[in-house]
Amino acid sequence: MPNQDEVFAKVQEALVDALGVDEDEVQPEATMVGDLGAESIDFLDIIFKLEKAFGFQFKREDLYPEDILTNSQYVQGGRMTAEGLAALKQRMPFADLTRFEQNPAVQEFNNLLTVQDLCNYVAMKVGS
Amino acid sequence: MRWFWIDRFTEFVSGKYARAVKCVSLTEEAVDEYCPGYPCLPSSVVIEGMAQTGGLLVGQLSDFRERVVLAKIGHCKFVDIPRPGQRLHFLAEITNLQPNGAYVVGRIERDGELFCEMELMFAFLDDDKFAKVEQFEPAAFLRMLRLLRLFDVAVTESGEPVRIPPHMLEAEKTLLASPIP
Repeated sequence: MPNQDEVFAKVQEALVDALGVDEDEVQPEATMVGDLGAESIDFLDIIFKLEKAFGFQFKREDLYPEDILTNSQYVQGGRMTAEGLAALKQRMPFADLTRFEQNPAVQEFNNLLTVQDLCNYVAMKVGS
Repeated sequence: MRWFWIDRFTEFVSGKYARAVKCVSLTEEAVDEYCPGYPCLPSSVVIEGMAQTGGLLVGQLSDFRERVVLAKIGHCKFVDIPRPGQRLHFLAEITNLQPNGAYVVGRIERDGELFCEMELMFAFLDDDKFAKVEQFEPAAFLRMLRLLRLFDVAVTESGEPVRIPPHMLEAEKTLLASPIP
């Protein structure tokens, strides 16, 4: 099983390749959408590259839970309901949702996922 | 003008790879007019040719029911410009297949030498979002596949011929039976 540094190095390489960003822009605290400019289609590309790097199957929905964010059962008036937040937590146990919970506006979700979250996700999947 | 940027398939192994050929001709508007006085096939349409080769390779896996779109061009490198009278040999290989997309690596040779290589990412349009959107009308789509001779050369991994999907044949039959407007 790869250690934290190895996971970060491979994630960094995948993001540089998929998003066309510089290596030094890919810092653990950088947000995928806000700082690195990832769009929804890029998450599919990132998944492809992570699979190649780690030899594991990943799911785009785990990183970009569009089905939850657009579900009227979970979103009301542009904000996540308590039920929606619970669904997100279940889907994304690797992400720190504390800040998002304070202002769960759907548009804020884009600035949630960080490179560190992505590393946590990979480590969780590879470890399991 | 038809939007065909390959002339025909020459080899097609379902789920693996496809080969196609494209003859660059001065008759083509894009070749003649893209750069007046210097006829050449624009690089963008060479990429489109690979997208057609790879996209149909990926689409065949779902009997052409999946709505496959070119989502991203990864690395792409040309070593020269295609000129009239030259023949380009396309090779598209599926390197990664997911429930919502696929990665294809493409190589193009000219006179036996590597001329261009690229990586293409295809996405499958989400069923919920695009439920009522038909990418191609099945009978017209089948006509295009026939023109490209896909079913003349397509085989499964075990070498069995790839059959025309029944829903396409049905659509073609319905179209042929309908009165001419």
